[in-house]
Amino acid sequence: MNAPHNHGLGRYWELSADDVRAFALGASFMGCGGGGDPYIGRLLLESELAKGGTIRLVDVEDVPDDWLAAGAGAAGAPTVLLERFPNIGAAETALRKLETHLGRKLDAVLAGESGGINATIPLILALRTGLPLIDCDGMGRAFPELQMVTFNIYGYSASPLIFVDDHGDSVIIESSDNRKIERLGRQVIIGMHGGTQGTLYPLSGAAVKHAAVRGTLTLALEIGKLIQKARHADDPAERIVAGLNTDVASDRHAARLCAGKIVDVDRKTSGGFSRGYAVIECATASDGPVHVQFQNEHLLALGPEGPLAMVPDLIVMLDSETGVPITAETMRYGQRIALVGLSVPAMMRTPEALAVFGPRAFGLDHDYQPLERLSAGSSPAAIS
Amino acid sequence: MRIGVDVGGTNTDAALMDGNDVVETVKSPTGVNIGDGIANAIGELMTKTGSKTPFINAVMLGTTQFTNTFVERAGLDQVAVLRLSLPANRDLGPFAGWPDSLAAAVNGGVYPVHGGYEYDGIEIAPLDESEIAAAARDMAVKGLNRIAISSVFAPINDAMEKTAADIVADIVPEAAITLSSRLGRIGLLERENAAIINAVLATTAKRVTTACQDALSELGIEAPLFFSQNDGTLMTAADARDYPVRTFASGPTNSLRGAAFLSGIEDGIVADIGGTTTDVGVVAGGFPRQSGLAVEIGGVQTNFRMPDIVSIGLGGGSHVELGDPVRIGPRSAGHRLMEEAMLFGGTQLTATDIAAAAGRTDIGDRDRLASLPEDEVRAADRHIQLMAETAIDRIKTSADPAPVILVGGGAILLSHDLAGASRLIVPDHAAVANAVGAALAQVGGEVDQVFAFDAIGREQALKEACTLARERAVAAGARARTVELVDLEEVPLTYLPGGAVRVRAKMVGELDLEKTA
Repeated sequence: MNAPHNHGLGRYWELSADDVRAFALGASFMGCGGGGDPYIGRLLLESELAKGGTIRLVDVEDVPDDWLAAGAGAAGAPTVLLERFPNIGAAETALRKLETHLGRKLDAVLAGESGGINATIPLILALRTGLPLIDCDGMGRAFPELQMVTFNIYGYSASPLIFVDDHGDSVIIESSDNRKIERLGRQVIIGMHGGTQGTLYPLSGAAVKHAAVRGTLTLALEIGKLIQKARHADDPAERIVAGLNTDVASDRHAARLCAGKIVDVDRKTSGGFSRGYAVIECATASDGPVHVQFQNEHLLALGPEGPLAMVPDLIVMLDSETGVPITAETMRYGQRIALVGLSVPAMMRTPEALAVFGPRAFGLDHDYQPLERLSAGSSPAAIS
Repeated sequence: MRIGVDVGGTNTDAALMDGNDVVETVKSPTGVNIGDGIANAIGELMTKTGSKTPFINAVMLGTTQFTNTFVERAGLDQVAVLRLSLPANRDLGPFAGWPDSLAAAVNGGVYPVHGGYEYDGIEIAPLDESEIAAAARDMAVKGLNRIAISSVFAPINDAMEKTAADIVADIVPEAAITLSSRLGRIGLLERENAAIINAVLATTAKRVTTACQDALSELGIEAPLFFSQNDGTLMTAADARDYPVRTFASGPTNSLRGAAFLSGIEDGIVADIGGTTTDVGVVAGGFPRQSGLAVEIGGVQTNFRMPDIVSIGLGGGSHVELGDPVRIGPRSAGHRLMEEAMLFGGTQLTATDIAAAAGRTDIGDRDRLASLPEDEVRAADRHIQLMAETAIDRIKTSADPAPVILVGGGAILLSHDLAGASRLIVPDHAAVANAVGAALAQVGGEVDQVFAFDAIGREQALKEACTLARERAVAAGARARTVELVDLEEVPLTYLPGGAVRVRAKMVGELDLEKTA
């Protein structure tokens, strides 16, 4: 990335081809094993960049209170998105329909998630529409449901949710209940054959300042660059953790939870999610075995003495030779991996946030404990 | 009697098989012209056995020729790509993610048109004949007659691709058309890439298949010629001419299947130890376990059915640096082992020298190794065992010990009590396992489709998938009563209703030689 130019509001985010690859890697890291493979997103972004245009990236701090911004992304089954790619034209139409519906122009576009395929789509939209992109998202990672975002937690409505499909056909869902919007939205996604584009959470600039997780898009890029640089180190995961702590995410806490080999993966699909656990036999016998539970994303890393990390803190599995993140679908027996944790900002750890995406929200019988306490070697509370 | 041939970069191996018996084998240099290599190998085989050619019922050939042609970018054709997807997929055209220079060399033009299917079989848009005809006329004007056709969710329904192919064939003279549905699984870009790569190889495929046929004719062999596919089953020479990409992984596949056959072990791990690398794979029911991950070939993402292989830089010629830490490979003396290794009077310490110094083999002149420090030799030998053990462990699906079959020339490197191996087998004819693998005459049929379990029930869905796969195997030349299920995989599609499950079924049977003759 070149030195940012200051043109009044925001800086021009000039992404080189290498940056795009790095961003996709970082988005895959922040996907915590889920969120859909950003490969298609990366290709879409590369082809949009090739047409020219730049992304104007605005720091949350600089967003005027009276701005109107809205989230945008793809919704559907990862398998469908491998055949019918996210449709950027439809996503743009959704934004225009929102403007018509609200009777005013948008000032900026927002990312709902910074993990997985949906991290890339707001960047592509910013390129295509010229709308500024705000450097933030609603979860600092990937989560499976549309109410699992800080915008919802801090009191903002997802309504109206507007879906537009490849044919330009659209559905507008309005409700004051974000969970109901999620339920109705699922039905529409099904009606649109398992893959569509949507916009939701129209927010004022003041609301973004209040409720967004800050700096997560640039964080994804920096993490990706870190992974690229660490690739040829003797121990890429160690290098990545060190880089996160000293440089890339020094305001957070990163830890290597364990390193070893996957000795078992148990997957099943229920309720529309891919659920299961993986067992890691650690290189140092005193550490293992570690159980990693996932529901699309990794939710809990459980060592013999108790938890090592839990949702909403990021739990990421890296290939031990390359440092590249491994998605939950591709975990297999025998893979050499390192498990890495990264803490989330305080706003994602409040009681109201944990009620929506803490361990108990995912049906886990654990009270949330922050990563830095768990990995500091203090003896964790016994688990019933 | 059947002849199996494996055409490698260095050697062409041939094996004469009578039923399940290996009658005779030869190894001879491949040389510049594949046809000559085959003629020499089979000719030598005939001389050795004194066999009369009329007894040959079939010749089966495994080759990496097409893979190498593509990776080396030698003699590639220009291709037109017709994609049925509009109004969907406007944002990502064919050749996305290809290396720029390669795309520039082979991209003759892309033609997005209306059509394609949803996962549930509903049309995204109806096929527009006049639109396709207009695209075909443009191809004809530009002289593009190597054509790849792809459609969204073609693995679920290939009707639109076929209709489009008929329209194009009527308009473009001498068109060589590749349908994505004949090649791949779910994942449009990867499947389309496979179709493009296939179309790119049209001229090479014609030249190579013709050369192979001519070589047999000159030897007076009138038996049909078959080519090994990626999954270890056979296709006719005509199919190989039309679908050369289906041979891309036949090398490792044949070595895995040959190892399973020669050892009589249907379920186990195979380590093929060559001069430079060791390829470790798994056989289950006598067939290679397929990789679930996308395979990149020459910088292009594909979703070919490739065996799941762990490849490490350990072979008979691997360079060894003693000391702490020991360094082994990835550099290798390769085919110059007999000149460069210390055992044979050379100056390069190789893995073969370590095996000899450690007393694992008595080839060469062990006196030349007398100056090597014994403890460092032991450390290097231990490191070689550890490399192999780690590769074997990585390929396993469970922690239980499994039988390990060693093939290839480098088998002497390994101890017979490897960790993770319940036992270690080095079968007879291990050096030509690939040619034997090629001669294992089996044909298959495969299905990859999304079913709504809620609507028809799991049992009915699996039955339908198996029936369809069986029909495809018989159509490919299998003897109906020998057809059996070798692979059945269910992948539930999260987020989709109606219990949508992607089912992959594969049926395999013995080649009916009477049907093909």
